Amino acid sequence: MALERCDVEKIAHLARLGLNDADLPRTIEALNSILGLVDQMQAVDTRGIEPLAHPLEASQRLRADQVTERNQRDAYQAIAPAVENGLYLVPKVIE
Amino acid sequence: MQWEVVIGLEIHTQLATQSKIFSGSSTTFGSEPNTQASLVDLGMPGVLPVLNQEAVRMAVMFGLAIDAEIGQHNVFARKNYFYPDLPKGYQISQMELPIVGKGHLDITLEDGTVKRIGVTRAHLEEDAGKSLHEDFSGSTGIDLNRAGTPLLEIVSEPDMRSAKEAVAYVKAIHALVRYLGICDGNMAEGSLRCDCNVSIRPKGQVEFGTRCEIKNVNSFRFIERAINSEIARQIELIEDGGKVIQQTRLYDPNKDETRAMRSKEEANDYRYFPDPDLLPVVIEDSFLETTRATLPELPPAKRERFQSEFGLSAYDASVLASSREQADFFEQVVASCGDAKLAANWVMVELGSLLNKQGVEIEESPVSAAQLGGMLKRIKDNTISGKIAKMVFEAMANGEGDADQIIEARGLKQVTDSGAIEKVLDEVLAANAEQVEQYRAADEAKRGKMFGFFVGQAMKASKGKANPQQVNELLKSKLAG
Amino acid sequence: MHQLTLAEIARGLADKKFSAEELTRTLLARIAHLDPQLNSFITVTPEHAIAQAQAADARRANGESGALLGVPLAHKDLFCTQGIRTSCGSKMLDNFQAPYDATVVAKLNAAGAVTLGKLNMDEFAMGSANENSHYGAVKNPWNLAHVPGGSSGGSAAAVAARLLPVATGTDTGGSIRQPAAFTNLTGIKPTYGRVSRWGMIAYASSLDQAGVLARNAEDCALLLQGMAGFDPQDSTSIDEPVPDYSATLGDSLQGLRIGVPKEYFGAGLDPRIAERVQASIEALEKLGAVIKPISLPNMQQAIAAYYVIAPAEASSNLSRFDGVRFGYRCENPKDLTDLYKRSRAEGFGPEVQRRIMVGAYALSAGYYDAYYLQAQKIRRLIKNDFMAAFEDVDMILSPTTPNPAWKLGAKNADPVAAYLEDIYTITANLAGLPGLSMPAGFVDGLPVGVQLLAPYFQEGRLLNAAHQYQQVTDWHTRAPEGF
Repeated sequence: MALERCDVEKIAHLARLGLNDADLPRTIEALNSILGLVDQMQAVDTRGIEPLAHPLEASQRLRADQVTERNQRDAYQAIAPAVENGLYLVPKVIE
Repeated sequence: MQWEVVIGLEIHTQLATQSKIFSGSSTTFGSEPNTQASLVDLGMPGVLPVLNQEAVRMAVMFGLAIDAEIGQHNVFARKNYFYPDLPKGYQISQMELPIVGKGHLDITLEDGTVKRIGVTRAHLEEDAGKSLHEDFSGSTGIDLNRAGTPLLEIVSEPDMRSAKEAVAYVKAIHALVRYLGICDGNMAEGSLRCDCNVSIRPKGQVEFGTRCEIKNVNSFRFIERAINSEIARQIELIEDGGKVIQQTRLYDPNKDETRAMRSKEEANDYRYFPDPDLLPVVIEDSFLETTRATLPELPPAKRERFQSEFGLSAYDASVLASSREQADFFEQVVASCGDAKLAANWVMVELGSLLNKQGVEIEESPVSAAQLGGMLKRIKDNTISGKIAKMVFEAMANGEGDADQIIEARGLKQVTDSGAIEKVLDEVLAANAEQVEQYRAADEAKRGKMFGFFVGQAMKASKGKANPQQVNELLKSKLAG
Repeated sequence: MHQLTLAEIARGLADKKFSAEELTRTLLARIAHLDPQLNSFITVTPEHAIAQAQAADARRANGESGALLGVPLAHKDLFCTQGIRTSCGSKMLDNFQAPYDATVVAKLNAAGAVTLGKLNMDEFAMGSANENSHYGAVKNPWNLAHVPGGSSGGSAAAVAARLLPVATGTDTGGSIRQPAAFTNLTGIKPTYGRVSRWGMIAYASSLDQAGVLARNAEDCALLLQGMAGFDPQDSTSIDEPVPDYSATLGDSLQGLRIGVPKEYFGAGLDPRIAERVQASIEALEKLGAVIKPISLPNMQQAIAAYYVIAPAEASSNLSRFDGVRFGYRCENPKDLTDLYKRSRAEGFGPEVQRRIMVGAYALSAGYYDAYYLQAQKIRRLIKNDFMAAFEDVDMILSPTTPNPAWKLGAKNADPVAAYLEDIYTITANLAGLPGLSMPAGFVDGLPVGVQLLAPYFQEGRLLNAAHQYQQVTDWHTRAPEGF
């Protein structure tokens, strides 16, 4: 399952990773190497096998519906790159 | 070409929990930006979600109320995409194994017929934050207070065939979630949001046409208009030789048209996979049974009962059962005065118009059910006439106290003593001897209006307190004289 | 003082032979003097440490006692430490002062431990050599031209060089056990769900576990005791009582059935390591253990399955690093997409970007079944293999790594070359089982380890076996020259 340049560009876009044209060939090569390793899995017959999502197969614990958090905006926004009037700023988004 | 319209709706309801679905932050609406955004809500590195049990209970309530299969082993999945109001870069939702499976809801159409609308599924997920585009030049401001609020997304089958059916369905869902107490249904505040999927196909064709999704339509009126304008757009497009492209659209109420959304034009690959930070949710049979036992009487059953037990018409039953608060109010009034039809009339007409005028819901009614019931009792026992009752009602609405207090204070007791009424009548007839002669000389056809004149005089003389029935009877006999 | 083990320090503090402050100052000086050779620390926190040490001394003066009161340690730099930089070895979090403490950190602070700083690691825990750090590679104190292992390379190097008696680490595919093996340490990865992941910045959520790197099993037991336990803030935390790990260290190994899987001794294993492992088997037999051959047939698929599952979960976990609320933001983003793409391309190193892309691909439409789902099915096969084996044996023994620590730069050409070195450790993470590596000798002057695996929640048994082994061997007592 060899990836081509357009595949890598699509994946990088999905993951919002800016691609450097100079690095692209090496990236493609490395990804194909990894996928080559991973493709070995296809040899295994897993028909009838249930996937294992959590090793210990426990079930979700539920939490009581109570307000336990208080306002800590100042502390949390102290480490933010761009904030104004309590809002996080990003470049303008047009719907 | 005869066209058939196919509509499916996805309704997002904010569940009325105290805290968020995966964090202990408050869900209160309208607070200062980012004052209700905890570490978990902000998607800080290292944080983890823990599930709110009330969200689970509310979802199960809904599932039971629509006769649905409950997903007793349901799983949260991550829906991955990038948007600034989605702090983790993924939304925790449910994909293959939702908490509620197939169910149905019956709607009543305008002609009175009942149609069953299928519900494909309902699942739990977290709400995103809000983007504010207006206030900053060149920037958008992000408020994450709403991020993490629990949502129940209710997906219908594509069973609706007109905008009106769609509105009826939304209204039924709206009433139901309020009945169950799981959502306040406040569409203006975004507690209930509707995405409409609309397509058309030639009548008789089995395959569905290409559909478009109109996102976030937030009032019943707009839902109807948005769907109709989209239907018109699609018909025109196809009849002009074009093809409908699958896309996401927004409804513009000012222009009464839908337009394609810019940001959603590229197909999104959400890469759903089970959220490894959460374990499968197991719902035991015992939990189902205890929850089922707490289901309130639902609208259809209540409407039925109002008709059979109280003898109300289907229409009246439907109006009075339209909200749990209204139905409870009505029943309290009936319990108080013992006359369902009288109560129905007063609640729907007089009280209805008062609430409308004051712009409040029945929960904030200035006249309580006990007060109204008390007043209706006084009509029934002839203490006051229906006409006087209207005055009493107004006075109660103004805070002057209960019916008895007002009747006493203003001396509004109806006069039922025949002797007293006769006395008044005698005075009236004596004062209007000429009209009496004219009346006796006139023929049947003209007598009606003249009779009314005497009644009017009698009521004036008695300051409205004379019992109208007795006035009528006694006046008749005196005039026959 | 730096030669003292954790247990010896605890006794020394209890006996008032020295104060926590003295000990802290000594180690801080040692770190300043020696760490430039190793680069094991990203952040040293002298003022914070001294303040904590003084507080611990005051508590002790007040009559308090406790094995961890006043003991010096450091945390792998993916544990959130409030007000202190928590970088995950990445430029993306170089400016991130954590707004809260991880549960592990809070528990150890409450017990009176003294945090000397934050330890170097492969960026976002992705690596097996600690060469993928924004802050530079870490050197193996046994041979400065070689890697210390990863991703907890800083933790391993610091403890091996006696800059600290003990350190926390995390293990997703072997990131505690492998560096422990490379640096002559004892490292334990507990059962998945044994230690809280709240505040432990996630790489692969269903595989990550916090653990300990120390000089011996006794020290591991002491620190693990302070870390383990149910945490309601972590939905994957298991509510299982924590036994007294120290109490059972001395139990006899008589009759302990140890399984040796034949698949772990195939081609690819350096025969000199095989020899060392064989020697350790004999030592355990002398202690009363019974050795049985077993088979774990699906282990060959483990690396492939891991390198789908871990990157897939990571690709999603790392989406929150977008330059909006914290961390690195690129200069002058021209629009939202530019903000995301440049912040992430500039903030993440190449290995992290590669794994994010592999992960996104494995989850993408059309590939989910063949990759992610297939990997989770293989995961079940691997777990089944272990469950079957544990019907017949109490513990499983294997080499920790197929080769000793390689030279810096030796495996940089192809990422897969490093991945293949994880073959023995990865299965425990996939199955969620507890695992431990202990020193078993030297090859070419470099340490090698032997690994023990046990059924769920049997950390006490692992520590017991290792402790008894360490009573009859002295590999673990050796220190690297110059440190």
